[in-house]
Order: sequence, then C-alpha cells, then structure tokens
Amino acid sequence: MRKSIVFTIVTGVNILLLALLAVHAHFSRISAASERLERAELVRTLQLTDLCLFTEARYTRHPAMSDRFAPFQDHPGAMEHFPSGSLVTPPIKRIHEHSP
Amino acid sequence: MSTPLNRHSNILDFALSSLLRRKSKNFSLLVVYTLIVFVIASLIFFVQALKREAAQILKEAPDMVVQRMVAGRHDLIPVAYGEQISAIRGVTAVSPRLWGYYYDQVFGANYTLLVPEKNLLEPGSIMIGPGVARNQRIQAGDMLALKTSRNIPLLLTVQDLYPSSSELISSDLIVLSAEDFQTMFNLPAGQVTDLAVTVANPREQVTVAAKIAELFPDTRPILKSEMLRTYDSLFEWRGGMIVVVLAVAVLSFIIFAWDKATGLSAEERKEIGILKSIGWETSDVLLLKFWEGIVVSLTAFLVGVVLAYGHVFFFSAALFEHALKGWSVIYPQFKLTPVIDVYQLTVLFFLTVLPYTAATIIPAWLSATVPPDAAMRS
Repeated sequence: MRKSIVFTIVTGVNILLLALLAVHAHFSRISAASERLERAELVRTLQLTDLCLFTEARYTRHPAMSDRFAPFQDHPGAMEHFPSGSLVTPPIKRIHEHSP
Repeated sequence: MSTPLNRHSNILDFALSSLLRRKSKNFSLLVVYTLIVFVIASLIFFVQALKREAAQILKEAPDMVVQRMVAGRHDLIPVAYGEQISAIRGVTAVSPRLWGYYYDQVFGANYTLLVPEKNLLEPGSIMIGPGVARNQRIQAGDMLALKTSRNIPLLLTVQDLYPSSSELISSDLIVLSAEDFQTMFNLPAGQVTDLAVTVANPREQVTVAAKIAELFPDTRPILKSEMLRTYDSLFEWRGGMIVVVLAVAVLSFIIFAWDKATGLSAEERKEIGILKSIGWETSDVLLLKFWEGIVVSLTAFLVGVVLAYGHVFFFSAALFEHALKGWSVIYPQFKLTPVIDVYQLTVLFFLTVLPYTAATIIPAWLSATVPPDAAMRS
C-alpha cells in the first residue's frame, strides 16, 4: 500500500477518534446532568460557596470567601508557601470591598 | 493521469519516504512534539471542565454572603446585623451561617465543619464527605472523635456519607448540628461566622450590597456573581504553576521551530539540489517540505489532543494530581464532566501546526532558490 494512503488512513482514524470524543463529551454531559443537579442541590441545601479543590490553606479552600491579600495575612512580610497558592488566583476585586 | 490530487499524493509519498530515511530523528521529534501538545491540551481540558462545573453548581450558592471585617480580617458577625439587613427592601431572607475549620493533628488534615441551614441532624450525629471517610478510615455508623476548643473529646456518630459524585464540593466536609458546633468552638452568644442573604431580584443585588456596606461599614458583602467570577479566573494563565507549564511548553516549541528555521542540514540541502537537477520545480520542493511539516505537526496535534482527553476525563488528570494536591492531606477524587472547547483547540492548532509548517518551508525555500549545482556542492 502507498505510504500516502497509510498516512491518510492514520490521520482519518485520528480525526474520527477526535469526533468520537466530542460525541462522548456530549453524551457524558447528558448522563452526568442528574449527578450535577444533585451537587447543585447540595450547594443550595448547605449554602456552599466554594469547590473543594485545595484543602491545605483557608484561602485556597474557600477562594471566593477569602481576602485578596490572603497569602500575606499571617504577617505583613509573609511569603506564599503553599503549592496550591501558585495555582489559585486571588479572588476578583469585589465591588464593596474596603482596602485592607 | 496527472491531477492535482495525484501530484499531492506523489509528493506526500516522497515526503513520507524522506521522513522515514531519518527515522530516529523524526520519530523523537514527533514524540516530544506530541508531548508538548498533550500537556497544553490537558491543561485546556482540565481548566475548562472545572470552570464549567463551578459555573453550573455554584449557581445555587447564596445570593450574597455578608462577612464582618475586624482589623482587616474576617471575623464573627452578630446575628443582630441580620435582623437589620432583612429589613432592607428587596431582601427576602437572611440566614446565619455557622462554619469553620478543624485541623486534625493525628492525620494532619484540615476539615471544614459546617452547620446546615435547616436542622438536618440531631446533636451527636454528623454527615461526612468521602475525603474525610477515606482519611479517617470510617464509614456510616462509626464514631469520630474531635477535640473541642476546651480540649475535651467530642464523640460524634457518622449518620451517613455524601456520595462520591459530590466529592468536588463535599470531600472535606463534616456537617454537624448547631449544638455540636457550639460545643466544638464555644462561639460568643449571638455571633455567627457570616450571613447568607437572599435577594429576590438579581438586579437588586448590587444595590442591596451597597446598602449593607453603608449600614454596616465593617462588613464585606460578597455577591454570587463575584463567587462565580472568582472561579472563572481561578486558573488564569498568569497563575504561578500554569505559567511555568506553558512557558516550558512554548520554549520547547520555539527550540523546535528555531532548529528548523535556522536552516537545513547538508544532507537536506543536497537532496533539494538533486531534486532540482532532475527537474523538480521550486514549488514542488516547497510542497514537499509543506507535507513533511504537516505530517509531523498534524499527527502530533491529533495524537496529543486525543491522549490529553483520555488523561483528563478517563484518568482524572493523574499527572496533574501531585501539583494540585500540594501539601493537602485530603484531596478530592473527582471525575470531571468532559468539555471540548472548540475555540481553544483551534487556537492550539494554529499555534502549533502552522508555525512549525512555516518553519519547515522557509529554509527550504531559501535552499530551493539556489542553483542545483551550488546546492549539491554546499
């Protein structure tokens, strides 16, 4: 078989795989809808404000509730020392926040 | 019959043979290139899925949370504030929230202790997240001992566990009754952690927040829209580790492109000279190099993206786990709902496939414009 045909088949299979993954993503979203509703219901019942992504520090466990200067709250010259602190951005500037 | 399709097919055949002649070099190039696309695509899939999840489930978060600030820090808020806030026009309900953190010295884990709005639990009973159950090796019906602020052990019975599908929000939760929370932390009378405010009309939320800030200058109202935006910008590309991953990937890619763009090897120049001397046009040579570039970059892009999808959505982004876990003892084991962001993948395609192909063609064009004998002699 010609090499160009082999390449076309391999590329075609890859594109087909990508298309199948898009279909998988679509159906996964549909099948996960009920679980997502359960999670949303739990958020409503428990009045949660944050995702549980990083449990190592207060300001990474509840970034939406923390201060913008959270990594430096322990003392003025404190340096960031939690790895997740380098992944989480500070909370967005809030409308009604006074400067610390 | 010579059709444009035949011409491309023949040149592609030649390009593939040419790549296979330098098998080891081109294969290692393909592997590293695929790895770069894999890392960037994994990051895109992971961040987009997480942001989508946060946006969907945090829609049910309180409309507004009012915190009290003392000396620049979040402090306990008097319940009396809530009574005055509920009198503001537009406020439907104000409910005090009791929550806090508990550091477990034995396991070195941080738990979030929370009292539900409605009395779901009897004193002495708790509901725990799957992360707490894993960490403590307990299940429904077992006892959990926590130390109170007076250093007295408080024995609590696990009534039930939150399902593993809710791990992304409940992994480190210990939900308990208000009485047990009071026993644990001994809060001053009439004080709570913060207040959840419900505003019937979403358009009035900002006005209500302004009124609260005016009425109680020592408070900080946090709107639901602000909570959602916090998660929308959580993994911004400027974030420390993300910028490092991206910088490494981009630098590696620049090294490839540089290697290609700085010129062809003597063997490749000689090959171009021979092709031209046997009658190939400059356009044919450029087409050959174009196909060489496309074979490597398109294959790397497609394989990299497919592998990244599997990594993030079938294997829960296992390679990122250590970076995400940091020093946390409790790490949620969650499966993200797949999201394919076509826009971001298109950008990735144009940032990887096109520059590499261009970097392959330009030096070939420079060599192909040289007379064949000069190219062969060089």
